[in-house]
Amino acid sequence: MLMLLLRLFYEFFKVGLFSVGGGLATLPFLQEMGARTGWFTTEQLYDMLAVSESTPGPIGVNMATYVGFTTAGAAGSVVATLGLVTPSVIVILIVALFLKNFKDNKYVKSAFYGLRPASMGLICTAAIGVVLITLFNIDLFRETGKIIDLFSFKAIILAVVLFALSNIFKKIHPVVWIGLAAVVGIVFGFAA
Amino acid sequence: MKLLFELFITFFKLGAVTFGGGYAMLPIIQREVVEKKKWATEEEVLDYYAIGQCTPGVIAVNTATFIGQKKKGILGGIAATLGVIFPSLIIITVIAAFIRNFAEYKVVKNAFAGIRVCVAVLIVNAIIKLWKKSVVDAVTFCIFLAVTALSFFLDVSPIIFVVAAAVIGIIVKNLEVRKKC
Repeated sequence: MLMLLLRLFYEFFKVGLFSVGGGLATLPFLQEMGARTGWFTTEQLYDMLAVSESTPGPIGVNMATYVGFTTAGAAGSVVATLGLVTPSVIVILIVALFLKNFKDNKYVKSAFYGLRPASMGLICTAAIGVVLITLFNIDLFRETGKIIDLFSFKAIILAVVLFALSNIFKKIHPVVWIGLAAVVGIVFGFAA
Repeated sequence: MKLLFELFITFFKLGAVTFGGGYAMLPIIQREVVEKKKWATEEEVLDYYAIGQCTPGVIAVNTATFIGQKKKGILGGIAATLGVIFPSLIIITVIAAFIRNFAEYKVVKNAFAGIRVCVAVLIVNAIIKLWKKSVVDAVTFCIFLAVTALSFFLDVSPIIFVVAAAVIGIIVKNLEVRKKC
């Protein structure tokens, strides 16, 4: 158990140190972590992301708490979250002590010029994974070979409607769309 | 000691009421920290926020650490950070325990199958929003394309891409400066 907790701390320390640009940036790291350690499946990760987006608190912290709990119970929650925030605390304390003009520093600026699109590329790959799992039935298609089996039509229709609604009513909080999607999922039996 | 406790409580409140993390937190930080507590000026908070985005980690945590250390040094930074993560720890642990016990119910399975579709849409929306800030010219577009393609097909740690992109950013920007001189 102690070894597992130490590993959790180490894994989340790495996520905290290398994910740049807010909560969603942790997603590609967590996907890779799940695949490598077997602590959780990709589907579980997306469920955790949904919960993290619909509860208060920073998304990255919520994700760490959830993954920690799934892996090693309540102690895992605490350890994973502390692992995630430790690099932040250290880096910020150093920045605050030594570099008053940190954000105007030439090297910091140019590093972030490269970091931002890279972080977006990583999130984009994660998004492709989510879309493939939710909107397509790749396994069913491989089994039957019928093109029509490749698409989950119910899911695609819901995705298009949600995309349109969330871009028309931009002020409405995502938790509303998540709630709506849950109701649609229950009414139309999405898991079947 | 009293100030440390106050820092913890104030950031505990911030963590408990903000949905959606970093970006949603700014207006509430302004109200609580600038107007009510007068711990920092409007400009300072915006600066901390900008730096919070330019440093690794969760933006809300970075901002909390900053304000905490300004008021009470290293201990202040730690107190504010613990405050901001505490509500998440409690709320998520309770929900996770609850979902674990009910995960096999048909209703819960159906609900999450629907929710996953919504998560996919929300991520796509977030990417559209990030696009303007991060893909600003041909070089950044190439970095974006290269990282997306390589991370999709290669099974390597994202850390490699992050480090490589930072190095490329520094090299490209400094070559540009030399050319101008």
